[in-house]
Amino acid sequence: MGGEAAGPVPHDQHDFALWEKRVDALMILGSARGHFTVDGLRRALEEMGPQAFEEMSYYERWVAAINENLIEAGVYSIEELGAKMEEVQARGDTYGEAQNA
Amino acid sequence: MPHDHHDHDHDHLSPSGHPYRVDNDAPLSYWQVMEIAIRELMIEKGEVTAAQITAQIDAMDARSPANGAQVVARAWDEPKFHAALMTDAAKATREMGFDIGPMNLVAVENTTAIHNVVVCTLCSCYPRNLLGLPPDWYKTRAYRSRTVKEPRAVLAEFGLTLPAQTTVRVHDSTADMRYIVLPARPAGTEGWSQDRLAALVTRDSMIGTGLPKAPE
Repeated sequence: MGGEAAGPVPHDQHDFALWEKRVDALMILGSARGHFTVDGLRRALEEMGPQAFEEMSYYERWVAAINENLIEAGVYSIEELGAKMEEVQARGDTYGEAQNA
Repeated sequence: MPHDHHDHDHDHLSPSGHPYRVDNDAPLSYWQVMEIAIRELMIEKGEVTAAQITAQIDAMDARSPANGAQVVARAWDEPKFHAALMTDAAKATREMGFDIGPMNLVAVENTTAIHNVVVCTLCSCYPRNLLGLPPDWYKTRAYRSRTVKEPRAVLAEFGLTLPAQTTVRVHDSTADMRYIVLPARPAGTEGWSQDRLAALVTRDSMIGTGLPKAPE
């Protein structure tokens, strides 16, 4: 990333969405539980490759990195994640609907 | 039709008449589903509680560049604190009562000869405990890529054109090393209180993409 050519620095600013703030909180709390370090998250980010940095938003990359680290730490299995994601998806078509169990 | 809305005319307003947040009524994304799933699994497994997550969001929302501005104003005003800050910024700011966490924090000082600017080329490492969450532009590929390559051009886009003889130092933050810029104290502020000084300190002046406000 660093040192590569790029266009002007965009100056638009948006409020963080609730789901983004929750990703941030999961990062802090998961780290406080000792399941990963910032180094572990950075490793996951680095392994995503340049395409992820073009196509995914900032917190999308972070939630993917947190997930990878939590599975590696054995907090939950990939099967548990898959089942839970299906359950969440079935709740509705918007974040507002899906966030309520 | 499990998701049929009973009141289509007012879908964009909550029952109390407020617009819904965009994130709550836009189509659900894959990554949002993952966030919800991770959060619920963490709660089910007793790793975290919902209250802890809310408290963490509140704590992060409460942090703002005003915290960093207090630090800068104190460093301008108190030579002893200035020395402590330059020696170990994490220790000095922790002793002021800020929750700095386990990270190392390095203060880099702007002078008439040297201008410092902070970037995180990989992602977004940022002195968030003192400045709050980073601004969006700090996380953009453009800022991360170009600041290490052509810092003067990037700074010019922020309206900051430095004299040719000024040395520009770019600091690339890492997972365990964060930087905060100690901007130069504006002339004409002799004898000012720390509160008055702090009002001149902008967020960008502590990242290095701006300067403090001039005294009015």
